[in-house]
Parts: sequence; C-alpha cells; structure tokens
Amino acid sequence: MEATAIAPFLPYIFDLLSLAIGLGIPLLLAGPLTWAERRQSAMIQDRVGPNRAPFPLIRSRNITVFGLLHPLADVIKLITKEDTINREVDRFLYNLAPLIAVFPALVTFAIVPFGPDVTILGQTWSLQIARVDAGILFLFAMSSLAVFGTTLAGYASANKFAMLGALRASAQMISYEVTLGLSVIGLIMVFGTLEPNAFVLGQGAYLFGGWIPKWGILVQPLGLIIFMIASIAENKRTPFDLVEGESEIIGYFVEYSGMKFGMFFMAEYIEIVVISGVVTTLFLGGWQIPFLMDGGFVFPWGASFEMAEWLVSLLRFGAFLFKVVFLCWFQLMLRWTLPRFRYDQVMKVGWRMLLPLSLLNVIVTAVVMLY
Amino acid sequence: MGHAKPVESPTANITYRVLNPDYGVFERAFLPAIAAGLGTTIRHFFANVTTRKYIRTIEYPDNPVEYPQRFRGMHRLVPREDGKPRCVACFMCQTACPARCIHIVGGETADQSIEKFPIVFEIDELRCVVCGLCVEACPCDAIRMDTGIHPVPVTSRQEGLFGKRDLLGIPSREERKSGRRDTTSRPPGTAAGTGRKDRAHGDGGAGGSAGGFGEH
Repeated sequence: MEATAIAPFLPYIFDLLSLAIGLGIPLLLAGPLTWAERRQSAMIQDRVGPNRAPFPLIRSRNITVFGLLHPLADVIKLITKEDTINREVDRFLYNLAPLIAVFPALVTFAIVPFGPDVTILGQTWSLQIARVDAGILFLFAMSSLAVFGTTLAGYASANKFAMLGALRASAQMISYEVTLGLSVIGLIMVFGTLEPNAFVLGQGAYLFGGWIPKWGILVQPLGLIIFMIASIAENKRTPFDLVEGESEIIGYFVEYSGMKFGMFFMAEYIEIVVISGVVTTLFLGGWQIPFLMDGGFVFPWGASFEMAEWLVSLLRFGAFLFKVVFLCWFQLMLRWTLPRFRYDQVMKVGWRMLLPLSLLNVIVTAVVMLY
Repeated sequence: MGHAKPVESPTANITYRVLNPDYGVFERAFLPAIAAGLGTTIRHFFANVTTRKYIRTIEYPDNPVEYPQRFRGMHRLVPREDGKPRCVACFMCQTACPARCIHIVGGETADQSIEKFPIVFEIDELRCVVCGLCVEACPCDAIRMDTGIHPVPVTSRQEGLFGKRDLLGIPSREERKSGRRDTTSRPPGTAAGTGRKDRAHGDGGAGGSAGGFGEH
C-alpha cells in the first residue's frame, strides 16, 4: 500500500537526495580540507599544527578532536569580521566576483556520478545530479567561467596588485584550459562517450582476459598526468600559485575581507574536491571497484563471492568517496612538496611542454585506436 | 655537470663565472624530481602521523617537559615536622639577595632549640633574579629552589609578593611527583628537627641542593 502511494513522488525524492549528496560532498569536504591543509603541512614539516580550538559546550574538559574544530572557528571569525570596502571599488562587480568564483566550482560537481544506479521499488535512482549527454563539455564550459570570478575580483577592487594578480590568473587559467581540454580527448576516443556515467561504466571492462581493469589511469597515463597538472594550474595552487604569490604580490583578492574573502578561499577547496571527483570519474574508474560486479566479486582466477545488491551499491559509493578523499590528500601533498614556478616558467610549461604532449597523446591514441 | 663561461663585466675589469648548469632531459622533465620530493614529504607525513617521529615540538601547557635537576625554579620554604618553616629568621638570605626581594620580620619563640622564627617572610617574585644566592646562604636549609616550576604569572604587583604561607605550600619536585608532603626530608648532615647543620661536619655555609658556590 505505502509503496504505491510513494511511487509518484519517488523521482523527486531521488533528485533531492542526489542534490543533497552531490552538494554535500564538496561542501562538507571543503571545510575539513582547510584543516587538513594546515594539519597535513604541519606533519610534512615536522610541526604539530592547529590543535587548540576546544569543543565549546563542554568546558570542563578540553575536547579538541585533533583540531578539527578550527574550520568552525575560522568561519565564525570570517562571518563576524568587519567587511571593509575600498572607496574606489566598482561595488557591483566587487560584490559579484566572489559569487562567480564559487558558482562554477560547485556546479561542475553536478555531472560527477558518485555511485551506480540504484533500483528502489522498481524505479531507478541515478546517483548523479545531472546526467547530461555532453557532460564533459559542460564541465569545461563551467570551469572556464571561473576565470571571470578572479578577473572581475582583481579588476573591480581598484588595486594595482589585485589587477596584477588577476592578469596573471586569467593568462594562466586560459593557457591551461587548452591543455585541460586536449588531455581528455584521448580518453573520449577510448571510451567513445562524453557522458561521465558512461565513462565509469566503460571503465568496468577488463583488459588482457579480465585481469586488468580498463581504468583511465592505465589506458591514458599521460592523459592523467597532464589533466592533473592542468587542473591544479586551473585551481591556482602551488606550484602554480604565483597568482597569489603570498610573499611578493597578494593576488586578486587583496582588497577582500571577511566572508567575501572566505568565499574565494572556499572556492579553492571546493575546486580541490571537484578536481578529485572529476579525476576519479575519468581516470580512476569512478565508483568501480576492480572485480566487483553487480552480483558480488568475480575474480579472473575463478573465485567468486556473492553479495546483496544494496551492499554492492554501498561499497561502490564508499569506493568513490575513498578515491576522492585520497586525491584530495594527494593534491595537498603536492602543494606542500613543490616550490612555486616563475611566471615565464608557468607559460613555458603550459605552452611548450604540456600542450605538445597532450597533442602527442591525442595522436598516439588515435593511431593505436585505428590499428 | 654544467659548463661555466667567463663573462666580461661592463662596469669593472672583473671576470666572473656564471654557473648555468645544463640540466639533462631527466631533470627538465620535472616528474622524476617531483616523485622524489613526494617521497620525502610522504615519508615525513606518515612517520609523523603514526609515531610523531620527527616532531620536536614541546606542547607546553598540555605536556610540559621535566626541567633539568639543577633548574632553579620557584622558591619554597621547607617545613619542619610540625609544619612550621625551618627558617630561624637569621636574615642571611635577605642579606645575600642582590635583588633585595626578600623581606623578613623576625620574632622570638620559647623553643630553646630554635630561639627565633619569621613572623613575616616575603619574597617578591617579580624582583627576584633567580640567582639562588638565598639558597646558598641559608644555614638551616630552610629555603630551596627545588620546586621545578616557574614563578606563576600574576596580574598585579601585589600578587607577585609571596608570603610565608604561600611559600610553605609549594611542594618540591619529588613531592609533586609522589603526591604527598615530606616533612622529614633533609640533606645529610642536618640536625633532626631544626634542620640546622650539624656543626661537627664543619661544612659551614653551603647547604641545599646547589653546592659549589662560594666554597673557595
């Protein structure tokens, strides 16, 4: 009885749930990532890192949970901070820029499938906010909007240093967008689709008689490296952080304070999660676990292990989350390992190394595919 | 490794060499070097996350380190068995103090083995220069600096004045560790009860823990 009564509303419930998870992953991960960035860098540099913000309700005992409450304290500080606005700024664009910076970062996660299709009461729930046929194109279209946020921020804040940072940012982001797009073309040729969930399904196939999963990382290793480098450059993080260059110019958001600065800051961390999600989907098999079929594990040497469908789906969602968190960790790791490129080096790496390499990747893939 | 070519300086007649190392393909490909760097950082990361191997930070208020044995910390007055201070108000420490931070008012007692006792014994910890001369000077081993703690921070000058009762209440390092007050402890060679030096040992002035000062 109840099942039939709910049935007409199920698609909407599914959509809302997808939205909640799809927005929840980047938003909920971004906060702890700011903590992870500080704490992880401390561990790399043999320090202790932030560990003092106590749990406010229980005063008698000093509960700090490894400093995990620091992001909360940071947010409270940013929100309650005075928002100073320079007299000379272009008010409209100045207020608009942080929104434009956050928007593309959040919206690109819509095409990332974070789990397999689940069938509940005879209806299919696709764990993906938007199943767009041209999903990859949507990704590039939206991520290229991010350059507006940075450029407008630098332009509108009437500050030469901000302008300088914005110029650097726009040049860098536009340069690396070319490479970013070209590095995926090989992958598109291999899987013959532009739809992210089809990518993940395609990566469920196996090579060499079922022994090796046909993941993007194994089919297109060069594509993965170039994509990873280009997306870090897009996100303006070390070693491509000369846009901010804390020690010499302070970047396009010098004039921002309070939560408006916080939004630029948040956008960077959301983008880390989004990059991780996209790389997972395209190159690391998305929610696929090697040898885990719809009915359970089936190993190429003949062994098999049956599992209920809901358990398989849960495992696959967990696998996606694990891969995303791992890639976030890896991006932080990269940031605290590498020194910053000089501006001419950024351009040289982008145009004279990565672009030819990505073209080469396309050609080699095409030749292999033809044969 | 690299070649150096001489460059003529336009301003002075100096020839200097510019080192322009000729990086090979391996170095210029960045990736192997990045992998090596990642190896180092990941090693440090996991070693520190699991066992805090390389971290040398002293987390002071949470996990304070034990100070060395000879650390001169906060003063304390050593009590007798009856809980009163060993001090006999001889003014030796007050005289020795270069910072003039000790203030004693002596009084007489009927106890013939003690004769005098301090009515007031104040140390201004804000003026104290932590030289330890008071400990050297004391003939009764009545004042020590073996507490192993700092003088505590205060919010007014008045709070910096530590009276007889305060100074008696501070435990020694060993007492703090064992959790009980020890009124019978005394260095070898002191007479029972009074805490005075047994003159038979002829060891005059230097008492307490930090010997060696002024022994010549």
